[in-house]
Amino acid sequence: MPSNTASSSSAPAGSADSSASRTKSKRPKYSKFTQQELPACKPILTPGWVILTFLVISVIFIPLGVVSLFASQDVVEIVDRYDNDCVPPPARANKVAYIQGGSDKSCNRTLVVPKKMKQPIYVYYQLENFYQNHRRYVKSRSDSQLRSVKDENQIDACKPEDDVNGRPIVPCGLIAWSLFNDTYALSKNNQPLTVNKRGIAWKSDREHKFGKNVFPKNFQEGNITGGGRLDANKSLSEQEDLIVWMRTAALPTFRKLYGKIESDLEKGDTIHVTLLNNYNTYSFDGKKKLVLSTTSWLGGKNDFLGIAYLTVGGICFFLALVFTIMYLVKPRRLGDPTYLSWNRVPGGGR
Amino acid sequence: MAGSGLKRRRRRRIHLSKLYTLTCTQAFFKQDHSQIGGPGYSRLVIINEPDSPEADSSSYSDNYVRTTKYTLATFLPKSLFEQFRRVANFYFLVTGVLSFTPLAPYTAASAIFPLLFVIGATMVKEGVEDWRRNKQDIEVNNRRVKVHRGDGNFDSKEWKTLSVGDIVKVEKNQFFPADLVLLSSSYEDAICYVETMNLDGETNLKVKQGLEVTSSLREDFNFKGFEAFVKCEDPNANLYSFVGTMELKGTKYPLSPQQLLLRDSKLRNTEFIFGAVIFTGHDTKVIQNSTDPPSKRSMIERKMDKIIYLMFFMVVLMSFIGSVIFGVTTRDDFKDGVVKRWYLRPDSSSIFFDPKRAHVAAFYHFLTAAMLYSYFIPISLYVSIEIVKVLQSIFINQDIHMYYEEANKPARARTSNLNEELGQVDTILSDKTGTLTCNSMEFIKCSVAGTAYGRGVTEVEMAMGRRKGSPLVLQSDDVEYNKEPFAEEAKVKGFNFRDERIMNGNWVTEPHADVIQKFLRLLAVCHTVIPEGDEDTEKISYEAESPDEAAFVIAARELGFEFYNRTQTSISVRELDLVTGKRVERLYKVLNVLEFNSTRKRMSVIVQDEDGKLLLLCKGADKLSKNGREFEVETRDHVNEYADAGLRTLILAYRELDEKEYKDFSVRISEAKSSVSADRESLIEEVTEKVEKDLILLGATAVEDKLQNGVPDCIDKLAQAGIKIWVLTGDKMETAINIGFASSLLRQDMKQIIINLETPEIHSLEKTGEKDAIAKASKENVLLQIINGKAQLKYAGGNSDAFALIIDGKSLAYALDDDIKHIFLELAVGCASVICCRSSPKQKALVTRLVKSGNGKTTLAIGDGANDVGMLQEADIGVGISGVEGMQAVMSSDIAIAQFRYLERLLLVHGHWCYRRISTMICYFFYKNITFGFTLFLYEAYTTFSSTPAYNDWFLSLYNVCFSSLPVIALGVFDQDVSARYCLKFPLLYQEGVQNVLFSWRRILGWMFNGFYSAVIIFFLCKSSLEPQALNHQGKTPGKEILGGTMYTCIVWVVNLQMALAISYFTLIQHIVIWGSILVWYLFMTVYGELPSEISTSAYRVFVEALAPSLSYWVITLFVVVSTLLPYFIYSAVQMRFFPMYHGMIQWLRYEGQCNDPEYCDMVRQRSIRPTTVGFTARLEAKKRSVRRSEPES
Repeated sequence: MPSNTASSSSAPAGSADSSASRTKSKRPKYSKFTQQELPACKPILTPGWVILTFLVISVIFIPLGVVSLFASQDVVEIVDRYDNDCVPPPARANKVAYIQGGSDKSCNRTLVVPKKMKQPIYVYYQLENFYQNHRRYVKSRSDSQLRSVKDENQIDACKPEDDVNGRPIVPCGLIAWSLFNDTYALSKNNQPLTVNKRGIAWKSDREHKFGKNVFPKNFQEGNITGGGRLDANKSLSEQEDLIVWMRTAALPTFRKLYGKIESDLEKGDTIHVTLLNNYNTYSFDGKKKLVLSTTSWLGGKNDFLGIAYLTVGGICFFLALVFTIMYLVKPRRLGDPTYLSWNRVPGGGR
Repeated sequence: MAGSGLKRRRRRRIHLSKLYTLTCTQAFFKQDHSQIGGPGYSRLVIINEPDSPEADSSSYSDNYVRTTKYTLATFLPKSLFEQFRRVANFYFLVTGVLSFTPLAPYTAASAIFPLLFVIGATMVKEGVEDWRRNKQDIEVNNRRVKVHRGDGNFDSKEWKTLSVGDIVKVEKNQFFPADLVLLSSSYEDAICYVETMNLDGETNLKVKQGLEVTSSLREDFNFKGFEAFVKCEDPNANLYSFVGTMELKGTKYPLSPQQLLLRDSKLRNTEFIFGAVIFTGHDTKVIQNSTDPPSKRSMIERKMDKIIYLMFFMVVLMSFIGSVIFGVTTRDDFKDGVVKRWYLRPDSSSIFFDPKRAHVAAFYHFLTAAMLYSYFIPISLYVSIEIVKVLQSIFINQDIHMYYEEANKPARARTSNLNEELGQVDTILSDKTGTLTCNSMEFIKCSVAGTAYGRGVTEVEMAMGRRKGSPLVLQSDDVEYNKEPFAEEAKVKGFNFRDERIMNGNWVTEPHADVIQKFLRLLAVCHTVIPEGDEDTEKISYEAESPDEAAFVIAARELGFEFYNRTQTSISVRELDLVTGKRVERLYKVLNVLEFNSTRKRMSVIVQDEDGKLLLLCKGADKLSKNGREFEVETRDHVNEYADAGLRTLILAYRELDEKEYKDFSVRISEAKSSVSADRESLIEEVTEKVEKDLILLGATAVEDKLQNGVPDCIDKLAQAGIKIWVLTGDKMETAINIGFASSLLRQDMKQIIINLETPEIHSLEKTGEKDAIAKASKENVLLQIINGKAQLKYAGGNSDAFALIIDGKSLAYALDDDIKHIFLELAVGCASVICCRSSPKQKALVTRLVKSGNGKTTLAIGDGANDVGMLQEADIGVGISGVEGMQAVMSSDIAIAQFRYLERLLLVHGHWCYRRISTMICYFFYKNITFGFTLFLYEAYTTFSSTPAYNDWFLSLYNVCFSSLPVIALGVFDQDVSARYCLKFPLLYQEGVQNVLFSWRRILGWMFNGFYSAVIIFFLCKSSLEPQALNHQGKTPGKEILGGTMYTCIVWVVNLQMALAISYFTLIQHIVIWGSILVWYLFMTVYGELPSEISTSAYRVFVEALAPSLSYWVITLFVVVSTLLPYFIYSAVQMRFFPMYHGMIQWLRYEGQCNDPEYCDMVRQRSIRPTTVGFTARLEAKKRSVRRSEPES
């Protein structure tokens, strides 16, 4: 931007000295700061700068958009919604009764790999219309209890899943209680695919928020069972499913990492998934999806960013053109008093 | 000491009471003293025995005067109360308290911290301001005065220790410490001179006279055993009335205002007085007159309150919408035994989420939401504004261009509340004496025998001469001649006359030397001045009733007619004899002094010279000579010329009386004077009228009521800026009109609408003394005059003819009556200049209130004396001139400057900047909080309005304090649309403030809209680009903390870059705070994230571990920030180029370097919303017009 330094700078007059010697002069000390004459850059939006700005934005945004879009296209994603299909047709009239009933919940799904997927391939479950961000839900946990054994009685925030007959539940609270408990067993060409469930949680959570010597206690032993159960012999820091679950999602549609497949999948491979459809999303009309996805440098598959970049870049390019034309066609006339905003409305003050 | 003894002796020879006709003194005895002792008149003072129990003086207040707002004890409760009276602060207090309940969506600490910070900062500021006030009080209260200790001994004591009944001795040029009853003075007849400048602004000295019975108590020891009782009225605010009796040795003597010496007036021309303290401290009339300083708030702040109410409304609305939806979804969660969102355990819930009592839950949710959305209301707004204003005030105080070298006084903003109001002034109400003028008269020109003398150039002429195309350019050599008068010789105060033709005795060679001689003799003889100083050396100074009297005598002395002695009956003058050319001493016997009065508008003396010739010497207004006489035409031309140059003119004339005529007159005048009938005055007038006729014209004098430096310039600039200027003065109408001319507020071609009550009917009514009838007739008369004036205005219609309204105090009293004040205001607003003369302090305040409330525009009052205090406090802004006279005006002003001319810079530069800064700052504040707050709301929509904050608690509470506060403060302190030079070059820029363009609802709502759409863009872009896929190549999906962190980052970037886009002035400071704020956010995220997870909770290592390593975070940030700012950028690019505001045009001018093209600048400058009607620019225009008009005729 063009820079002009403040030009006016009147040095203090010499006459100050005479009065200073008589009495203590109250003459303000001259400095550029106190006289508000600091050197300053005073940019104004000249046509040149406006057009240049638009051009620069479009020059940056369009390539970035292209790159993002390519990155997104590179990602191979298989999404399989199974909440409806995994309920046997006779039970579909009352899915809630089915899911709460004691019948066999296993279900088989077949996925076809559309493109070669390089490892690591991430396995997610995606829930929709599930408000993990509800205030009651978000607050219903005890971080100190998760962190260390000695705080296991800090369960104030966890009601109503705080204790069982006076014995504190570890981990307490609604979040832990409603732990997602569908399980997926994957196989490719009848060969079981190993799904690695280690390292799916953030390292800081594993190491600092969930204690190594904190073990589940009295979990899911209340009168109503919520979601999944925990291995009482594994410390919380090793229960990565729980850790992932407990990092609450921001929005009602979310994915959480289930595990990683650490081998490539070829195009056309068929993957059989044997899943246990345990988790009740039917009460609140939630969807359940199984997602297999690779990642790029930009994360998972989402064309939005690339398209948005291209759009904004395009708009800026267009604006650069429009402004160029406007400046050429209708040069500004300073002499026209009607430009003064207060002249346009008689009486002025609004 | 010998000299002063001599002086005293000489003075004693004169009984001053006989020299002055103390008509006003005796007139009061009609007053009813029978009320004394009754209700309202119950005060009893025992003089000289303050310890007597009967005096009950303990019940009277002491003489300590306090102007502070708080005391040590009341500071905490009172200032806290003040704080929480602000509705926003109260709201935050409530949310702060509620945050300790389970209702709170965030932790209590994070909610309380910003509030404590904000309240603490404000209280510190209040405390410091009050401390300063306290220091000033101490200074005044510790002044010393001599007080009778007993046994005739006087001790010096502090003012504050005075109590009622004390006898004090006040010496020359001291202020009276309390209201005193005058007992005696250094003069035999107990007369003293008092300057009441501080009370009513009048500069002429007032004569007070003690009771005859006490006048002999002239030595300290006289007071041994002296005792008296005074019964008088209770303390009241009326400066001009006093009723009481003094009982002395069993005899009662009536007391009138004539015996009352008021606090804050000054003893002049009198060695000392003795007085008894009657009213002390807050009982004194001057303090009673000053109301409590009202705490003023600027228009912008009042509007800001409305915005805050609007925000409250929005918060309530959003909370309500949220509560309804929340209530419905909560109810649906558990209906008829069917649980929907089982993971929320709706079957076993606290009341806040209980589906069975969903309406109660919804109500509680409403409170929670109202707490969450409190981020809509900028908590740091008030404190930021206060910090900014204090810094702005420092800039005002530090402005080297507003420092007055001679008095060693910088400008001082005493309150910082009103800085931005300075940028919106619509009408300036100015005092005259000491404000526009420096209260000294200078003899500058004269016209003798039809020849004009005097090369002195007035301020106005100089100002006009500086402008190109002026016809006065011809005299530019004179201007240069006068440029360095100081260098040539020691300047004589009151004398600025330069003309070698008659100076140094050269006048004897002039054509009409005899006339000149008579002229100068008249100047030396016709006056009531008393000479002072050593008779032998030539250093004689004069004590005069008014400074113009003194100017005449000084002029006569400087021109060779030195008046050096006055006795009871004679005047001695050393003068140059025309025939011999030698200096001779001449003695004139003063036979009669015919005082000045307002109907005759002249004064005369009748003297007998050494040859026995009887001369009537007369000086007066221009009505003096009626029929054609020698030099009359020329003299009249000169007088008009002088008047137009703003000079006070007097015409001098004389005639010789023959013996018989004088005898006749003498008999009749003494008859008239000794008559006791009510029309004594008019009898005297009649007699004098008869003798003052057939005068022979000598010439005219022109005295400059010296304007302060640069006043015409300043008025012109202010007029160009579209500010109206009213002059409210206690002076006589003639004086006021003169100053109007001098300061370019009036000019010859203006139509003057004069409203006064000097009509014969009113006069005749006044003689009857029926008050009701007088009032009724007067009011009708005034109304009629106002209606006539309006008719004139209407008739002139769109003509360029400018009108001036001149109204005197008496009429003003009626014009300000409730039923006609609005008509009066309409008339006044229609006039280019308004001058109210003879107005009392109260009237000044009333006029100010009328203007302020009548048209709702901002008023600024400027004055220097205690008589202006009411006005200063009433006006939206009071500016005190810290002149030579007391501190009253300054103490009650909001801003003190040393000279009127600094008003130009104060308003056009500081006012404009402050207005711009504060208004932009407030708009921006709401913008940034809406941007932030509305994302919270949008996020709520995705949580079924369960009031989950989108961000970590401390992110929430530090937003206003850390990441967005400094840039906005920097904006408020440093931003400049155009530099000071351009502000002054294009005064019209000031209209942006007067029209309130920068703080119109359109602009405010525009900024709010900007906030809303920024929030929408940020939220939806972040949401769409983040969910639900993986965030990074490790497949981790983003949780709540990551969406929150990303959105927050975008907001911090957007609001700070928006700031960068909105301002047009980048100093290093701007760069530091803007980029620094963004950097601080990243730093905070890092550091806070590294704290143990107990503290950082959901923010634990989010940045280091999740956000920073993910490229998508950075890519999203870039995209969201640019996209959000793009609409504003397009808007301002279009506006700047195609619809620039006035400051935008000036920026273009500067940028394109066209500001050196005068024609181009003029075009921009003259683009005025209303034609300039006053000031010398307008005068030049008018002159041009009249020249053009007269051309075709000739």
